[in-house]
Amino acid sequence: MHRFPRLAGLALTWVAFLAAWSVAAAPAAQAPATPSSATVRRPVVVASKPFGESFILAELFAQLLERRGFTVDRRPGLGATQVAFTAVQSGRVDVYPEYTGTGLLAVLHEAPEPDPARVFARVAGESLSRFGVRWLPPLGFENTYAIAVRRETATKYSLATLSDLARTAPNLTAGLSADFIERKDGLPGLRSAYGMSFRSVRPLGQAVKYQALAAGAVDVIDGYSTDGFIAKYDLVILRDDKRFFPPYEAAAVVSRRLQRDQPAAIAALTELSGRIDVATMRKLNARLEVSGEPVESISRSELEALGLLDAAASRSSANRSTSHGSFAQYMWDRRGPLMSAIIRHLLLVSIALLGGILVAIPLGLWLDYAGRAAEPAIRAIGLLQTIPSIALLAFMVPVLGIGVWPALVALWLYSLYPIVRSTYSGIRDADPNAVHAARALGMTPGQILRQVRLPLAAPTVLSGIRTAAVIAVGTATLAAFIGAGGLGEPIATGLALADTRLILSGALPAAALALAVDALLGMVERATTPAPLRHAAAERKKDRSQR
Amino acid sequence: MTGAESGAALQIKDVSKRHGDVEALAGVSLTVNAGECVALVGESGSGKTTLLRCINRLHDPDTGTILIGGRDTRSVDAVELRRSIGYVPQDGGILPHWTVARNVALVPVLCEMTDSAQRATQALEAVGFDAATIGKRWPHELSGGQRQRVAMARALAAGQKLLLLDEPFGALDAITRAELQRQLRLIRERERPTTVLVTHDLREAFFLADRIAVLREGRIEQMADGATLRAQPATEYVQRLLAFADIGSQ
Repeated sequence: MHRFPRLAGLALTWVAFLAAWSVAAAPAAQAPATPSSATVRRPVVVASKPFGESFILAELFAQLLERRGFTVDRRPGLGATQVAFTAVQSGRVDVYPEYTGTGLLAVLHEAPEPDPARVFARVAGESLSRFGVRWLPPLGFENTYAIAVRRETATKYSLATLSDLARTAPNLTAGLSADFIERKDGLPGLRSAYGMSFRSVRPLGQAVKYQALAAGAVDVIDGYSTDGFIAKYDLVILRDDKRFFPPYEAAAVVSRRLQRDQPAAIAALTELSGRIDVATMRKLNARLEVSGEPVESISRSELEALGLLDAAASRSSANRSTSHGSFAQYMWDRRGPLMSAIIRHLLLVSIALLGGILVAIPLGLWLDYAGRAAEPAIRAIGLLQTIPSIALLAFMVPVLGIGVWPALVALWLYSLYPIVRSTYSGIRDADPNAVHAARALGMTPGQILRQVRLPLAAPTVLSGIRTAAVIAVGTATLAAFIGAGGLGEPIATGLALADTRLILSGALPAAALALAVDALLGMVERATTPAPLRHAAAERKKDRSQR
Repeated sequence: MTGAESGAALQIKDVSKRHGDVEALAGVSLTVNAGECVALVGESGSGKTTLLRCINRLHDPDTGTILIGGRDTRSVDAVELRRSIGYVPQDGGILPHWTVARNVALVPVLCEMTDSAQRATQALEAVGFDAATIGKRWPHELSGGQRQRVAMARALAAGQKLLLLDEPFGALDAITRAELQRQLRLIRERERPTTVLVTHDLREAFFLADRIAVLREGRIEQMADGATLRAQPATEYVQRLLAFADIGSQ
């Protein structure tokens, strides 16, 4: 009868325990502290988008800031442009690397324009006046669409520019990504700008494109001008002599808050402007994508090479890099961050679930009382469940920014339906004969609810909570895309880097966690269901299967 | 509540009740004397269950009054009223998550009686159980007949003087039913509760009731003791009903 308050107490203790644990474990998970006097200042939040080059640039920003005495809070792999730019606009992120072409097309929604200087001026001016967001001078390279051929092909047909390619195109087979084949600034545009017409065009995924080209299966591919594979396979990028592709110059994008509060940080970041050329960036990408070197060591050595870091200070943790040992060894090496990711994951799930329980159980009870409105209301809540999680998370960003809050709200919303549904069904279907007799013998409605219907519904309610918990553990992996951390972080980063081990280091614990949570709540369910009810449930199941 | 030991324990005066478009009761009047057992018989839809449920205010009549021990039931709080009236539904309505003893102690506990456990024991023994063994058992461990006996014990545990039985043996096999009918007679002889029994089984009514009210479409067709009913059926309907039950005039 007093099982519910006891369970609630237990749940609260659990969350408090996790919170305490995560606080205790936090220092171990963070980057090594810097010897500086700037610790009193608010940390500079450095973010990136979820692909390799963005990770490297953000890490360059972060390490440079740390060397200049700032504390840095890293948020790698933030969703898409919308998420990242909105976050800088709202000041939840202070700086992240962006491309001028993306700013023009995806943020300002303006038509492409060939001149890099004019694009930068336009994007920087508009961003500052409309959003308060400042673009620092470009880093020195462009990452635009690039048409690549094997060196031997280039020699054979003496190709240097896209105009050259257009002449030879009828002899060549192109392997292009599906969206490039369709996009106006892709193949159709190339056709009209250069009169390019290949012998045949094969749609190819990003992952196999370079291998297909190297193996001679295709002769021409589309890629990005800074791809690490270009150096690896010794490919030739053909010059866009008619400036068909819009310029995508990389630059640091900085929040209004950082400009106001810590102008010295802006000065530090500007040290990188014009220092990274396209060949350098290609090499850095190759070290990440081809050799699998960690982002931290790539960035550290590059900052050293640029003379922005003194070598002595940075040798400390330079060699905790690519262990080519077993997967178990790899997981063991990552146990620190992994443990804090698991705790953070559990914390996200627990808080969201607790909030879900606190709202959904009373709501389920009220819906039973409300009668006819119940089914439509539950279906409306069920609709929430059909919103794809990544979309729901993205919707949260403009309202709640990035980080933990939007993730909690999204997870909370997802937990409502299973709990409301199970509470409502459990209460409504609680043994009608028993409820009738209880009423006829003089129990008040409150007594019937507390002493008869709720205890009879408890197993059903708990199974709903169990479902919600398992869903939440799974969905929480997506929270990393809006900077909430957890086990999704290695998954998101791993996906961006095509690093299977990194993906698995998040995915396997997440799967294990889902199973463990399911098993644990199953045990709670059995422990809190009195023997006679377990029997009754078994009988009902038998009844159903006989029907 | 039902203090009167003799005379009218229950008076139903011109009670009507509609369920939406259906007229379930159309001006029913009847009186049950203290200690008497009246059976309400009739086909399904005749209004017998509705009438029974009007007595403990599971339904409230649209018009008419019901007096128990001379007091209008509407002058009493419905919950208090129900606690003073024993009730046995067809399926027993035993709470599946409580032991037998806790089930039987239900009304004494609701009434905050200090001796509720003792009362439960006595009530279980009154229906022929060994209270010590059966009390600890769970409802799902009981047979159908045992459940109905537990329900009967529960209906009497707080010393209720008025007992409402809604098809109490309807779901039992013939042998168990006969056993329970004998049990009920024993209880009636010992405790003398005023009893209203709803049944569609005319033979059961003849065996258990002092008087029988035949209901049809919300009206009382005839109310009489068994012998009179058999000797002088008031209408053709009553005659047909008797013939169906194989209880003709001898």
